[in-house]
Order: sequence, then C-alpha cells, then structure tokens
Amino acid sequence: MTKAHVYKRDHINTDEIIPARYLNTDDEAELAKHCLEDLDAEFVKKVKKGDVIVAGEDFGCGSSREHAVWAIRGAGVQTVIAKSFARIFYRNAINNGFYIIESPHAPDGIDDGDELEIDYKKGTIKVINKGVSYSFLPLPGFALEIIEAGGLLEHITKTHK
Amino acid sequence: MGMTITEKILAKAAGKERVQPGELIDAKLDVVLFIDVTGPAAVSMLEARGIDKVFDREKIIVTPDHFQPAKDIKSAELHKRLDDWARRHKIKYYYKLGRAGVCHALLPEQGHIRPGEVIIGPDSHTCTYGAFAAFSTGVGSTDLAAAIATGKLWFRVPESMKFVLHGKLGHGVYSKDVILTVIGRIGVDGALYRAMEFVGPALADMSMESRMTITNMAIEAGAKSGIIDFDNVTKKYLDEHLKDKKEYTVFESDKNAEYILVEEFDCSKIEPMVALPHLPSNAVPVAECAGKKMDQAYIGSCTNGRIEDLRIAAKILKGKQAAIRTIIVPATPTIWKQAKDEGLFDIFYDAGCVVSAPTCGACLGGFMGVLAEGEKCVSTTNRNFVGRMGHPKSEVYLASPATAAASAVEGKITDPRKYL
Repeated sequence: MTKAHVYKRDHINTDEIIPARYLNTDDEAELAKHCLEDLDAEFVKKVKKGDVIVAGEDFGCGSSREHAVWAIRGAGVQTVIAKSFARIFYRNAINNGFYIIESPHAPDGIDDGDELEIDYKKGTIKVINKGVSYSFLPLPGFALEIIEAGGLLEHITKTHK
Repeated sequence: MGMTITEKILAKAAGKERVQPGELIDAKLDVVLFIDVTGPAAVSMLEARGIDKVFDREKIIVTPDHFQPAKDIKSAELHKRLDDWARRHKIKYYYKLGRAGVCHALLPEQGHIRPGEVIIGPDSHTCTYGAFAAFSTGVGSTDLAAAIATGKLWFRVPESMKFVLHGKLGHGVYSKDVILTVIGRIGVDGALYRAMEFVGPALADMSMESRMTITNMAIEAGAKSGIIDFDNVTKKYLDEHLKDKKEYTVFESDKNAEYILVEEFDCSKIEPMVALPHLPSNAVPVAECAGKKMDQAYIGSCTNGRIEDLRIAAKILKGKQAAIRTIIVPATPTIWKQAKDEGLFDIFYDAGCVVSAPTCGACLGGFMGVLAEGEKCVSTTNRNFVGRMGHPKSEVYLASPATAAASAVEGKITDPRKYL
C-alpha cells in the first residue's frame, strides 16, 4: 500500500529535508535516518517502503546538496508529488533516476494518510480511499531517458559507448 | 529576434549559432568547481563505475570550504577523500588548508572566472560568478561527476528576466539591501528556472565585490543563474586578478532580446533591509524590526565575507563594544591577511569580536557559531530557513555587514546609518 505523507506547505527546503549537521557523510542509509527531521521528526518512524511525500510549490529549494534526494530515496520513499520543484532538486532527482511528479492540483486533493496508486506511464494518481484521480504530465523525453537508464552517469556510460 | 547575454554564452558553449529558452543543450564547461561537502560523493560515483579520469586537470578548481578546517571526524574523512583524489589526478589548482577559502570568494580572487565562460559548481551559490558576465550555476554531485569525466553537462536554456536598477544607493545602503529588496518583491521562487539579468546605472557605482553579493543571491529567488554586464569595473578587476589565461569573450544582450518579465527598481528609495525568519523573501526595511533583541552577529560567507564587507563592519565597530557574540569570518586567506594588514583585526579584537579562519562555517549551521534553541542571529549570509544556522528553533535575520555590525554594537537590530 502506497501511503501519502502530506505537508501542505510551499518552499520545503533542503535544510528541512536534510539539515547540514548531517552533511558530513554521503552515506544514503545514514542520511535516511534524518530525512525531513526539522520538518517532522516523526517522519522516519512513520514512513514505509513505497510511500509518497506530497507538498506544495517549490519543493527542495535552497542548497544543491544531492543528499536531499538520497535521504528521501534512502527512507524508502517512492516519489515526491509537488506543485512545483526547485531547479537543482529537480535536476538531482532526475540525475539519480528518481522519478518526481509535478502536479498543480493533486497536492490540494490528497490528505495525510490517503492511499495512492500511481501510473507513471499514463500519468495518473488515483486516491483509492476517495475514489478520485488526478493526471500529471509525464517527465519530458530526455529526463525519462536518464531515469530509464538508471541515472545520468548510467545514461552517459551508455551513450558514450 | 535578438538573444540575451545568457543565451549567447550558452549558444557558444553548445557550439551553436543561436539557442532559445526551453531548448536542451549539451554545453562545454570552462570551469568546474569541486568542494568538500558535495565533491567526494561525485568521486565515489565515478569510482563505483570504474571511471577514474578527469576531463582537464587545469579546469577543475578544488577547495575544501564548508567544513574546513575539519570540524569532526566525518568531515575529516571527506577532506581526506578530496585530498586523495586531487593529488592522484594532479589537479593544478588545488587550494589546500592555508590557501583554501569560501569557494565563491576564492575563485574570482584567484583569477579563475572569465566573462563569456560556463562555470558549474556543486554548491547552490555558484550563480555568484555571473557578476563577471559569465554563465554559472549550481548543481549536485551527480552532475559534478559527469562534468569531471566529460567536461560537458546538459542544460535547459532558461528564460531571462530583466531587473533594471535605477538611481543611486543612499548612504548606509548596500548591494545586499538591493538584492533583499528584489527577492522581497518577486519571492523565493519568483525566478524559478530562470536567468536574472541585472542592468542599470546603480550597478555602475558598485565594485565587483558588491555585484557578487547580488548575483550570489539569485538562487534565493529560485533562479538558475544571475548575470551582470561587463564594464570598466569588471575589466579592472580582471586585469588585476587573471593569471594564466587572460583572454575572454564579452557578450551582451541584444536590444531586441526577449525577456519573460522586466522589473524596475528605484535604488535611491531602498532602505537598509532585513530578511526576517524563515525566508529570504521576508525582507522589510530595518525600521520595521529595529529593536529586536539578538544573541549573535555573524559577518562572513560567500555573500558578504569579502574585504569590502569587513571594512564596512570595522568602520562601525571601531572604538565600540559588541553587545552580543560577534563572529567575523574573512572568506579567503587573502582577505584574512588583507584585513589583518589593514588593522581591522585590532578593531574587531578591541570591540570584543572573534575572527575565525576562512570557512563556510555557521552560515549553514556547520560550526564556528552554531545557534542554540531560541537564539537569534543577525547575519550577513544568504539563507534564513528553519534550522539553517543551528537549532530548528533558532532564528536568522539576514542583513548587510553594516546593519549586522550596528546590530552587534546595540545587541538588537539597528539601522546602521546613525553610525556611518
């Protein structure tokens, strides 16, 4: 079951996603223990593998630390659904082969604890317990190529061979 | 239709006649920055894939800065990984402790930034170098890894926004107050994915140091890059600082270039500004928060840790006592020595301040001035997010070096103009 962890707020920043006091390591499992710590200290206790984070505009603003993507992925989160993403976070997610969903309406219709079903190919988010669906524009072609390759470095290795 | 300066630089880097916003390009990189917090991860990624090469050992500039000198065992391990890699690849410009400094102050000062070039760095404030009519932007570790190996990176050509800065700055008002005003007007995502192009007569009066404060904070409006035209001030700085390669190409925006938005500012009306917690866009004139009690003043960082900033702070602190903990962080060893030679350290010492080694330090809550629960800090840095400088329940008030120094003297947010 894919559960939604909803933060109805804009500008959730990289300091909240992974505070700089933990940047002395780049170990994903270690970073995952502190994911969203300054926003919601309970998050890492609640989150289960395959769950989803839902937020408002400009998710991931601030620092270029890729640790933010690693902490979220390391915590088992399947994707982040936001109204918009900050540019470096967006880039880092794609470069890591981590699919993120930009949807202007879905975050308003999803509440904490809702059960979701996401179809990445069709671009739909179904809120199972409410019986409603939202559509989103799948990532552009070049981003999908990188994600399907498993990340930027895999993509480069493939295309340069 | 014409092109903007940003489009022209990116077209050149992509080997094309022209590019347009939204287009995806593969750009050749002229300078790649490498630092302690985000760099070692890039090396590990490359090593895990059996890639152990660098595209050009003379175009990668390495400096530890965020946690240097090492603040704990884990950051010492990061520095060790950085050091091993830089030595193994015989990186030509590797600034070791003693010469290492806050990257965005260090690179221009050491002559690594040239107009018309494309620069990337694994730090969000890499947009600083746009002050030199260059395209520069912050990226993550994976991008850095790709850049190190191939010397190229994909970019989506950004739309440009034009910010026209009219008039002259008033007494006691600085470029920091200008950029806080701009971000206050457009918001922290007001320039998301875009290039912020700053033009207008107010810039002509500004030193390169002051201009860098403006482009440095383009990211705080969500921008991909910030850029300022080349002029005689740029040329003079470059003549004094460029070392090996002294030639460069100057681009400027066409008259009929297209902008997604144009915003005008009368700089003569700008007041000293303070960005209240917890967003850089919460900018208000100092009068609106004057008197707010502080626990600490922090003067440093890639935004305002250059010699000009320290001189302004010293001018205000001279012959006075800081009423709160006041930490001065010269951004590079050269600035540190300059400040010492000019007698600024004596002024800071006499005023009861402490001067630290060059480091990003407490700007990002690393060390050298981290805040306790409930504490408030007036800071010349660039971000005041929740927990940015320490405890999640601490608060950061962003301001110019003048406002921070005046606030240090009174122990509360203070309009600096009465001390100037």
